Amino acid sequence: MDLPGISPVLLIASLMVSATPILLAAIGETVVEKSGVLNLGVEGMMIVGAVVGFITAVNTTSPALGFVTAAIAGALLSTIFATLVLFFKSNQVATGLGLTLVGLGISALLGKPYEGIKSPTLQAFEIPVLSDIPVLGPMLFSHDPMVYISILIVAAVWFVLKYTRIGLVLRAVGENHDAAHALGYKVIRIRFMAIMFGGACAGLGGAYISLVRVPQWTEGMTAGAGWIALAIVVFASWKPWRALLGAYLFGGITVLQLNLQAAGVAIPVEYLSMSPFLITILVLVIISAKGNHGAPASLGRLFHASN
Amino acid sequence: MKLNKLLILVVIVAVAVAAFFALNKADKEETVAEKSDDKVKVGFVFVGPVGDGGWTYEHNQGRLAVEKHFGDRVETIYQESVPEGADSERVMTQMAAQGADLIFTTSFGYMDPTINVAKKFPKVKFEHATGYKQADNVSVYSARFYEGRAVQGHIAGKMTKTNKIGYIGSFPIPEVIRGINSAYIHAKKANPNVEFNVVWAYTWFDPAKEADAAKALIEQGADVILQHTDSTAPQAAAQEAGNVITFGQASDMAEYGPMPRVSSIIDNWAPYYIARTQAVLDGTWESVNTWDGIGAGMVGIGEISSAVPADVKAEAIALRDALASGEYHAFTGPINKQDGSAWLAEGETADDGTLAGMNFYVEGLKGSIPQ
Amino acid sequence: MIRFEKRLAPSRTTTILTPIIAVILTMIAGGIMFAALGKDPFEAIRIIFWDPLFDENFASYSRPQLLVKAGPLILIAIGLSVGFKAGIWNIGAEGQYIMGAIFGAAAALAVYPAESPFIFPAMIIAGAFGGWLWAMIPAVLRTKFKTNEILVSLMLVYVAESILASVAQGLLKNPDGYGFPGSRNLQQYPSAFNGEVIANSGMHWGVISAFIAVIFTYVMMTRHIRGFEVRLMGEAPKAAQFAGVSTTRLIVFCLGFSGALAGLAGMFEVAGPAGQITIDFNSGYGFTAIIVAFLGRLHPVGILLAGLLMALTYIGGELAQLMLGLPGASIQLFQGMLLLFLLATDMFTNYRIRLGAAQ
Repeated sequence: MDLPGISPVLLIASLMVSATPILLAAIGETVVEKSGVLNLGVEGMMIVGAVVGFITAVNTTSPALGFVTAAIAGALLSTIFATLVLFFKSNQVATGLGLTLVGLGISALLGKPYEGIKSPTLQAFEIPVLSDIPVLGPMLFSHDPMVYISILIVAAVWFVLKYTRIGLVLRAVGENHDAAHALGYKVIRIRFMAIMFGGACAGLGGAYISLVRVPQWTEGMTAGAGWIALAIVVFASWKPWRALLGAYLFGGITVLQLNLQAAGVAIPVEYLSMSPFLITILVLVIISAKGNHGAPASLGRLFHASN
Repeated sequence: MKLNKLLILVVIVAVAVAAFFALNKADKEETVAEKSDDKVKVGFVFVGPVGDGGWTYEHNQGRLAVEKHFGDRVETIYQESVPEGADSERVMTQMAAQGADLIFTTSFGYMDPTINVAKKFPKVKFEHATGYKQADNVSVYSARFYEGRAVQGHIAGKMTKTNKIGYIGSFPIPEVIRGINSAYIHAKKANPNVEFNVVWAYTWFDPAKEADAAKALIEQGADVILQHTDSTAPQAAAQEAGNVITFGQASDMAEYGPMPRVSSIIDNWAPYYIARTQAVLDGTWESVNTWDGIGAGMVGIGEISSAVPADVKAEAIALRDALASGEYHAFTGPINKQDGSAWLAEGETADDGTLAGMNFYVEGLKGSIPQ
Repeated sequence: MIRFEKRLAPSRTTTILTPIIAVILTMIAGGIMFAALGKDPFEAIRIIFWDPLFDENFASYSRPQLLVKAGPLILIAIGLSVGFKAGIWNIGAEGQYIMGAIFGAAAALAVYPAESPFIFPAMIIAGAFGGWLWAMIPAVLRTKFKTNEILVSLMLVYVAESILASVAQGLLKNPDGYGFPGSRNLQQYPSAFNGEVIANSGMHWGVISAFIAVIFTYVMMTRHIRGFEVRLMGEAPKAAQFAGVSTTRLIVFCLGFSGALAGLAGMFEVAGPAGQITIDFNSGYGFTAIIVAFLGRLHPVGILLAGLLMALTYIGGELAQLMLGLPGASIQLFQGMLLLFLLATDMFTNYRIRLGAAQ
């Protein structure tokens, strides 16, 4: 691809960074949905992760600790959702929307004293040897550690889902919870863990925004990233590596259109800014026209164990 | 039949609910606004959260300054994140009904609602920011940020080594276009070889996207980033890139000095808010149209950092002072429009009407304004 | 051991009782939060729930305002509830709301400044058409390609937002607006203005339509074959197929119905309370309506009450911010808590608690 005045090396390098928050949130949500639960509260968990990570990093001057607490905070918030949905049998769509409201509210209250402060941020981590490779080095191997960690999480999720017993059980629960229950699997417990994993990943994604992308705390700073993550999960048809592709595609189109503008190419901006969404629709149509949409069969359905 | 009964019940519920909410005594509002103690109550309607670190944050600073200045004589109330349109009209009405004597409405989109509510409460004074509709009890006020842009443009033109200056715009509206033109004219004067690359982010607030926009511009070779969006994300991106300078927007963003942030444009509403509150206290309030710049202190130029060479700093300060005293206007002819047609003749200065609705680039800027 | 046993039919008593319990729980939890923020919890709760309805200073203004705020929420939620009952998930009402507003406003502005009694009815048709059209995209994709309608409708929200920003600055921009973005104000265009039908009542045509929609939907769901099909499809899709219900027709109907109502809501809003198309004209009604639909248990009367309750927390929340200086975020959190408590207590209408081992 040869675009006027745009370096593909820099383009790919910056899209990897800009896609990391949505990738982290999307891979977490993939696991949640694989277990048969639809959690629309990703935005809420992300922003709580963002504020908690920021507060920790400022107070301890350690961004790494910030990420750890952000993951814990995201997971904790998700337990509210898990409890309501799994034990109180509440509707998943509405509960997820409620969780987002709660998350946005809590984060704004917690973050009040931290407005206008700069946080310590992660330094780029040049992978030895690999980062010296011309072209590929600066493009792929000179990022901060979270970029690699996010990819490792994708790999781990893929491996666990595909090759391990726990992955098999998780998928079984998502496909047919009644059958899984009959086989003696703890449907509720497995889903609870999956939801917490999703919360932790969303928290990490949020912290990446407040600690790396922007480094600052401002109210509502995730600005809809959680909703994009939800879109990516379906775009990826619940496959981990495709989630990576989807996140990079989404991040890539935004970065590309900004780059084209910066390069002085006359493009209709408002139409380009809607293009990721149109492309997602298109991909969805193509996937579904082939007849395999791969959605976990129990997704969003209620599980009641007593009979 | 059972269903018929239920249906009747549903209709009754619907009608009863409608009646309860809709039927009211017609004598409203008037009685309410009367009660007032000796304190002057000042209301503020904000479009974003007070913690946005930019536009609303600075208006709230102005509110706090009013509280501090007047102490017990004044009480302030505010409401944040008020959507434009019907919601804002209700919020203003509630403020007025609660006995506010003076209400600042701080977003362009509050214009028509402000006028509507002002009609209903002729005794309450309203101040609408950045609009153009006045009434007997509605003043309008705005800041000449383009004066600050002129100073920025000068520093940018002098400091750039690549001759490429990146500009992050929010939406292509007159306020933003005016800033681009002003910065460009003065950058060009300082350095005839400069080029401007404008990127439209199509958002007021999305820190991550602003960071991406800054990065894209830096990758295109820009070593100066000007922004008309409020977050510090572009500053952080510039810092990471190294040899790139930026300017604080809306607030000082001093935490990014001395590099990359070399100076800033600060929205300083405090003097105006204090003056207008004083006018209400004194009973001298009148409807006015205020468009103040550096001179009146509404636009502040933040500390020019040590990264700027002494001579450039001196020139920038001289330019600032000339703008402040009024001896120099940021749009002084000869200036042509982008298509080459004449706009301002030699020595002629732009009139406020044209500036207020500016929808064209000046000659030399590349690209077109998205429609 | 505690177990939950599914009830054969939802319990009447608990259907009425649980929302009240949820509101009380929210008051307690919210009160603790307000106290933690250093405010008097009792005063805060009173201002949120009582003052907008009965305070002698505010109620005469805020009661009609509750209708204005609840009107679009109810109208959209009613439309959504029909689809939700059938298991058809339109979560893109926000986009349909935007498109309805754009179409409705465009219909009026196309003939500006002509005055005619036909303009307003034409706007109603255009608004409903705009929302319907936008909902037809997921409908057609779902029926032709089995594409997931949740995602398509959600994606189209963002597309609609971009279109809104574009027309506010281009096609529909007020030529007399000094270059500022935003359309002409329809409040100043008598033929297009959706004003109050009775002065000071808050009753504009959108609110009236919402009430009509509540009754209409109730009748349809209980008396009409379409309502039966919808319920059958939602509760037993297989049985619906055997019964000869056309899935395609039902999907098109449900999405079209909810889209048209959302479009209507947008049109009434732009022609009345909002007045003009601006870059960020939409303020989340489409998403809040999903919450309202569930709070109302997908029942028309429930939705009517849920919409009013939601509007109450908005307006009461605004008053609490003004009078007590509470941060806006605390109100958001309060609304979130209310929703979660309502959902949590919902269980007791469908399940009963049993102590002891399963039989």
